[in-house]
Amino acid sequence: MSTFTELLLIAVGSALVNNVVLSQFLGICPFLGVSKKVETAAGMGVAVIFVIMLASMVTNIIYTAILVRFGIEFSQTIVFILVIAALVQFVEMFLKKNMVGLYRSLGVYLPLITTNCAVLGVALTNVQNSYNFIESVVNGLGVSVGFTIAIILMAGVREKIMYNDVPKSFQGSPIVLVTAGLMAIAFCGFSGLI
Amino acid sequence: MKNKYLERIFNGIIKENPTFVIMLGMCPTLATTTSATNGFGMGLATTAVLIFSNLLISALRNVIPDKVRIPGYIVVIATLVTIVELVMQAYVPALYQTLGIYIPLIVVNCIILGRAEAYAAKHTPLLSACDGIGMGIGFTCALTIIGFCRELVGAGTILGHMVIPEDFHVGIFVMAPGAFFVLSVLTALQNKFKAPSATNLSKEERRKKKALGEPAGCDGNCQSCMLHAEEAAEKALENKKQDKEVAR
Repeated sequence: MSTFTELLLIAVGSALVNNVVLSQFLGICPFLGVSKKVETAAGMGVAVIFVIMLASMVTNIIYTAILVRFGIEFSQTIVFILVIAALVQFVEMFLKKNMVGLYRSLGVYLPLITTNCAVLGVALTNVQNSYNFIESVVNGLGVSVGFTIAIILMAGVREKIMYNDVPKSFQGSPIVLVTAGLMAIAFCGFSGLI
Repeated sequence: MKNKYLERIFNGIIKENPTFVIMLGMCPTLATTTSATNGFGMGLATTAVLIFSNLLISALRNVIPDKVRIPGYIVVIATLVTIVELVMQAYVPALYQTLGIYIPLIVVNCIILGRAEAYAAKHTPLLSACDGIGMGIGFTCALTIIGFCRELVGAGTILGHMVIPEDFHVGIFVMAPGAFFVLSVLTALQNKFKAPSATNLSKEERRKKKALGEPAGCDGNCQSCMLHAEEAAEKALENKKQDKEVAR
């Protein structure tokens, strides 16, 4: 039971309290680029959940099975970024070949995720907090769900901002960043949760 | 002869300042500028990686095959970042602790890959290294200035010394939301003065500039770039529309 509580704490902590976009500032670029419509934001969110969970599984296995065994933990950054890049490439190829429908709706986001700092960030925090396999996957799930929540909320707000009269200098990304700041204040409210 | 190298350095600091003018690498800019010292440390770490990555990538530009150049660059950059990380861990452990995960994340900072693609892959090693020095100093200055402002307004201190009494602190500025507000004011100023930034150029303008051989700081080749994200979103919507028509 206590392990379940721990896992829940990890998930809630990384999804809401330390939200990956709004308090860690990882993955800002897709957050700003894909959040124009709720539809695209949701697609991106699902793609991110899938890739981050897969990446945290694979990097955890590689870290414990290869890097720790041979005592070369210092090379984690190089290994992780290459593994993630190769993984995303494989997923993209697999979807293109076997699931054309899914590829057309989600596959277009995959290249964006290759060098997304959120994915590498999750792999590195898993190592930093010395999470085991299950904890890593749960942490990955939490982070990516947090990203999805943030991007979908943002897309909903942006659809409304379209109809507003924004000062000329603030049109485009500045007003989006102000919105992100206000959302970040709201997410500060979650800090009492754990 | 000397002017050419000096010109590159000043170009990075003023004309094409990576933060204030071309707006590259905003993630570390937001995350590590809670104080002037942190911003300065992050800037120096990035500068070290940038100089050597530009130098190495430029030296290897005829060796790395064009098709696998991005993975090649990433390996070079990741190696350099690991070296910087280990050096920092050994000599400035306090700073290493505060910056934490953002040091290894220099690997995915768009300034580094952007400069490798836009400059180092086309120019001689010495010129590229000078470009790295310029861009690095520009980035460090920008981070220090932003960190200084946030620290002064948010915590009322200058380099750790209290100058504003506690009643007048606007604490939000050293916290996460403050970073977004600072960045939004910066981009608004960019829009106002129509600076040639990576974020406010449209696709057509960017293409035109690229054809003239003067890309705005980066070629927009990094896959996770905001512009790519926008394009991908458009494509996804189009695909969905087509699929609906086919189903009908």
